[in-house]
Amino acid sequence: MAEAIATTPLPTLEPFKGVKKVPLGEYFTSGHRTCQGCESALVMRLMVKAAGPRTIVLGSTGCMYVANTTYYSTSWVVPWMHTQLGSSGSAGLGTAAALRALMRKGKLPTEPINVIAFCGDGGGADMGLSAISAALTHTEYNFLILLYDNESYANTDIQLSGLTPYGAHTTFSPPGTAKRILHQRWKKNVAGMLAAGHPSCRYVATVCASYAVEMMNRVRKALSIGGPTFIHSLDPCPKGWDYDPMLSHELGELAVECGIWPLYEVEDHKLKLYGRTKGIAQGRSKRRPVRDYLVRQGRFAHFTDDDIDYFQAKVDEMWERWIIPGVIPFASEITNGRSPD
Amino acid sequence: MAKVAQRSEPAETEREELISGSEAIAVACKLADVDVITAYPIRPYDTVMQYVARLVANGELDCEYIVAESEHSQFEIVKHASAAGARVFCGSSGVGWMYAFEALTVTPALRIPLVAMVGNRALDDPGAFGVEHNDALAVRDLGWLLVWVDTAQEALDTALIAWRVAEDRRVFLPCAIGCDGAFLTHSQSIVRVPPSSWVRQFLPPYNRGDLLLHPDNPITVAPQVNEDWLMELRKHNDEAMTRARQVLREAYTDFERIFGRTYGNPFFEEYQTEDAEVVLVGMGTLSMPVKVAVRQMRQQGLQVGFVRLRWFRPFPTQELAATLSRFRAVGVIDRDYSFGSPHSSGVLANEIRAALYSAPARPPLVAFICGLGGREVTVPNVREMTELVRRAAAGEPVESTYWIGIRQ
Repeated sequence: MAEAIATTPLPTLEPFKGVKKVPLGEYFTSGHRTCQGCESALVMRLMVKAAGPRTIVLGSTGCMYVANTTYYSTSWVVPWMHTQLGSSGSAGLGTAAALRALMRKGKLPTEPINVIAFCGDGGGADMGLSAISAALTHTEYNFLILLYDNESYANTDIQLSGLTPYGAHTTFSPPGTAKRILHQRWKKNVAGMLAAGHPSCRYVATVCASYAVEMMNRVRKALSIGGPTFIHSLDPCPKGWDYDPMLSHELGELAVECGIWPLYEVEDHKLKLYGRTKGIAQGRSKRRPVRDYLVRQGRFAHFTDDDIDYFQAKVDEMWERWIIPGVIPFASEITNGRSPD
Repeated sequence: MAKVAQRSEPAETEREELISGSEAIAVACKLADVDVITAYPIRPYDTVMQYVARLVANGELDCEYIVAESEHSQFEIVKHASAAGARVFCGSSGVGWMYAFEALTVTPALRIPLVAMVGNRALDDPGAFGVEHNDALAVRDLGWLLVWVDTAQEALDTALIAWRVAEDRRVFLPCAIGCDGAFLTHSQSIVRVPPSSWVRQFLPPYNRGDLLLHPDNPITVAPQVNEDWLMELRKHNDEAMTRARQVLREAYTDFERIFGRTYGNPFFEEYQTEDAEVVLVGMGTLSMPVKVAVRQMRQQGLQVGFVRLRWFRPFPTQELAATLSRFRAVGVIDRDYSFGSPHSSGVLANEIRAALYSAPARPPLVAFICGLGGREVTVPNVREMTELVRRAAAGEPVESTYWIGIRQ
């Protein structure tokens, strides 16, 4: 029997110091059928490039399943397995548990093996939320859950999810003559909710692939810190958001620069804004108006100036009245004007 | 037991323990050295996990024991653990089993040899905790091996056989063990617990081979095949189910050789059928009142017997048809119901009617719905059913289905 181990060994994954230090090897390669300009495909590629070849990837149902794993032309170089729409948490947990049991009992050689389970916004923020939440409490298992958020159920015809932004035109929320804004709900704050609600989870982060090296380094940190971890990635989607595919990167940057998508990480309960978001929070750069972001997308083409103002007001509120700008909600009035310690 | 001499370690012997059906399966988990177990509460199945938890807490069972947040997660966790090479166990009851249904659907399709216990329970609404077989029967068309046990001893033995058959490379299908809620899950009896050295002879380590999900074997599991390949894959699953018949027979033969306990025909048990004119057929703990009633009726000179079906999937069509053709009439007792089905009968009766269609002789078949939701099946109930089967045997007109013991 192998030497008893408390958990499976962790890999050493130092951050890439600049784009030129990123290895050339690819583990998500040709063969996929994603749309032109698909940021989620880039997220998959960067995610597994950051993890390296000793990795198992589990993918819940969504466009990254349907487009990437066509029989005979799978794009995955590392082992990959499908899991049900609501089961990214369970898939990561089960795979990590098997590795731990088999390594502890000497049935598999002991070595660091990365386990990454990914889900879309539908699987992650809607039906899979309870399984992800449960998985993040099982601290003895090492795995990462990555939510790739293109803000819709993009593989079934662009239906709205719990992460679709206010007012967006989807096939489940078309602008009509009686109701111009059918989708009146505000996007869930998934990363903040998971970071706040799972005190034993050591790492939660938001990323955007427009900032590729920073994104990969968050994946490397999540995989090497130990225990279950969570990353929420905002992925512009040319088909769902209705824009020219050449603008994908620009839209990711705009989401960050307009303050709609704050970049942050919560490492051992310490919250840190990073990248452009940090600059905004420190006053080194100004938030761009959300109009710049909204007008480039067909899904907001029905917005009036009032709608854009409302959207701007909600984002302003997030920055000006939240306990942590853009991250931790509830107006500072609730804390009687005290700032958090 | 002459077979004992064949064991390589004759010094070790079985121990007798007073345990429940659920506890017997928990003990089987220990003997089988299961690697990953997931739990989520629902009566009456959850008792097995209470015993598993105790074994884990006391260091008797070395496994990853994960309390999940739903049945769906429970079954998905072990599904993935099995794909990564772990021997796994899980289970549920009633609507909990149904909550996991999506995961139950993909498990056989991915050729995952998960062994699960179903503590059979009525489906809500309205709430009822007692036994009914509709929960486990819901997976009958999905590619699960499906077996019903009658005693705690049979529960322990069948669990070991289940891992052996499910994990055989020729099969690689999940197996659900139907345990009647309360009557079996909660009732204690004397069980002979074999030493783990015997179990090791019987149950080889789980080897997933070229289907193992591991960086050394970078396969893509469950890619999109669409209309190009789905029919072929379904056919492969069916061929695995067909092969399971032979693998089952081999497992029971080996079981008898190593453990010295015989089950005769693996698929069903025959009770006092040699000279019987009519028989009743049923599954699970139904056998207790039926056997008592058969003994009483035999003393009065009635030639009645009982056939207790163990393996429902694969269904022993040939064997059952050959056996049942011997009798003048057959009564099938269902602890389940299939709404709107042929003859408005239960699932088992429908299956047996289908099995008899091509039989050399087709005895009249009377279907009974009895004991739903844990209602007791009494000796008078059995006598009433037997009388109706005897009338059918005599050529008298009877209805195709009767609800027995129901308030009018």
